Amino acid sequence: MEILVCVKRVPAPGSRINVTQDGLAVDTSNLGFTTSPHEECAVEEAVRIVEEHGGSVTVLTLGSALSEEQLRYAASVGANKFVLVETDGEHDSDAQQTAEAIRETVISLEASHGIFDLILFGNESADSSGYQVGIRVAVSLDRPMVNGIKNIDVGDTQITAHREVDNGYEVYSLKAPAVFGIKEGINLPRYPTMKGRLASKKAEISTISASASVASQQRVRLHRPEEETVETTILGNDATAAVKIADLLEELDLL
Amino acid sequence: MPGVFVLLEHDRGVFAPACEEALTAARTLGAAINEEVTAIAIGVTGSDLLPLCSAQGVSRVLALNDPLISDYSPELWGQAIAEVHEAKQPSLVMAVGTDKGNEVLAQGSARLNLPFVANCVSLERQEAWVATRLQWGGSLLEDVTVEASSIFASFGHHSVTPERVSLDGQPSIETLELSLDPNLARSLVQDRVKMSEGATLSTASVVVSGGRGVGSAEGFAPLEQLAELLSGKVGCSRAVTNNGWRSHSDQVGQTGTRIAPDLYVACGISGAIQHWVGAMAAKNILAINTDPEANMVTKAQYAVIADLHEVIPALIAEVKLRREGQSKS
Repeated sequence: MEILVCVKRVPAPGSRINVTQDGLAVDTSNLGFTTSPHEECAVEEAVRIVEEHGGSVTVLTLGSALSEEQLRYAASVGANKFVLVETDGEHDSDAQQTAEAIRETVISLEASHGIFDLILFGNESADSSGYQVGIRVAVSLDRPMVNGIKNIDVGDTQITAHREVDNGYEVYSLKAPAVFGIKEGINLPRYPTMKGRLASKKAEISTISASASVASQQRVRLHRPEEETVETTILGNDATAAVKIADLLEELDLL
Repeated sequence: MPGVFVLLEHDRGVFAPACEEALTAARTLGAAINEEVTAIAIGVTGSDLLPLCSAQGVSRVLALNDPLISDYSPELWGQAIAEVHEAKQPSLVMAVGTDKGNEVLAQGSARLNLPFVANCVSLERQEAWVATRLQWGGSLLEDVTVEASSIFASFGHHSVTPERVSLDGQPSIETLELSLDPNLARSLVQDRVKMSEGATLSTASVVVSGGRGVGSAEGFAPLEQLAELLSGKVGCSRAVTNNGWRSHSDQVGQTGTRIAPDLYVACGISGAIQHWVGAMAAKNILAINTDPEANMVTKAQYAVIADLHEVIPALIAEVKLRREGQSKS
């Protein structure tokens, strides 16, 4: 199995995100960065598939030179080849630009490397949450794509995938080459070993420049939603609060 | 003439609760830009549609049919939307930003190479389209302008308050028979596996969640018991799934499930932003935490500052006592 995983460098989930003074970008000065959570799971899934079936895992990211950190992390947990599609890093590209740059890169990688059996994206990025880059790439390459995938089983002729829905899951069965949007929960990603960390420092990264295309979505500003100030009613400081909680349940008609 | 198209999400003819939000947002937008609203239903017939139309004031429907569309398929649904867009040239195609709502709009807009603005909380048409959309699961907002005569846009799930409008008279239902590329049937749903019945985390009226403070997988037993007594579901924070204490399908938050219960009981959860954005649509929040400064406590309407391991068993006993009292009287 030849697998390509597309990942994005994002501020660590759970961080409080501040905005620069002009409102045009996230203030990165006090932020730690990581791979977007769904995509970290996608890398892990690809490595597990290759461990079982053979092949190789290529990880691609689009972003500034700093995104090399995310590629090296992927190297430390078992991915094999690395491609940085470098942008100027000043502006976030919009989803159509990002998809176009990834499409061009996939076509050029496949021209020398052969067709990827699987391309994995995260279901959505943790930061801009545009819900579309993977789908745009799949449509432009005329490959089947399903989002929200929490299980993949590679068979001889088919790839079976589960998508979580209310009360259970849907089963999809695709033929390679196929594309999936992966959701956190498909696996628990491994931690890098010391050996993996050392090897990742030597990993060779191919860098290419992102093509320039015109954005259709222009950011005007980022801002924080108005926070409602909530008056918290303290119902108690020990187990005797149970009586007041039960009163609340009655009041809400839940008892 | 162009118009607003609104996608009706359904599972084999059962319309998703999110349709009510989608129709509400579409009516508001249609009135604001003075264009007619048409609901788009894919793979359902007129008789499936009539109850929904009369209950939710849907006066115009375009039903898109093709023998290939026997079930959900991201590609067939996306191509169906793209074909009707080419035939009718609407100004806007919209849906609610559920998993599938966003997927179908992305599939449709990709086929037309049109912009798709996901998870809006507001959308207007001035000289360009002007939208405010959710980023970081809702902890940041982004104002964007979009230069295109026609766009695709989803509204953030639970960000529109649904309003019901009654329908006078009969709806106009136009059926379009499509002839889609059979190759696209490759991504049809092949099978379904049911793991549980009834309410789910996203539809439950009570959710009892635990965080790191619960301490272990076994520590969830009292939370299970309380949830069962209240006909609710058990949820958890990301710390819990990362520790392997519960399955990811129970995770509430940005990368898990968005919930909107009448009451959210958050036990031993600090309330990091990525958890909060999944829980903030709850109508009432009760935080049980030893730390009075925890985010979850300061954002909750109700709090108990105590150890959940003492409070939950006491609450279970109290609920049982009152239930017995009710059944005797």
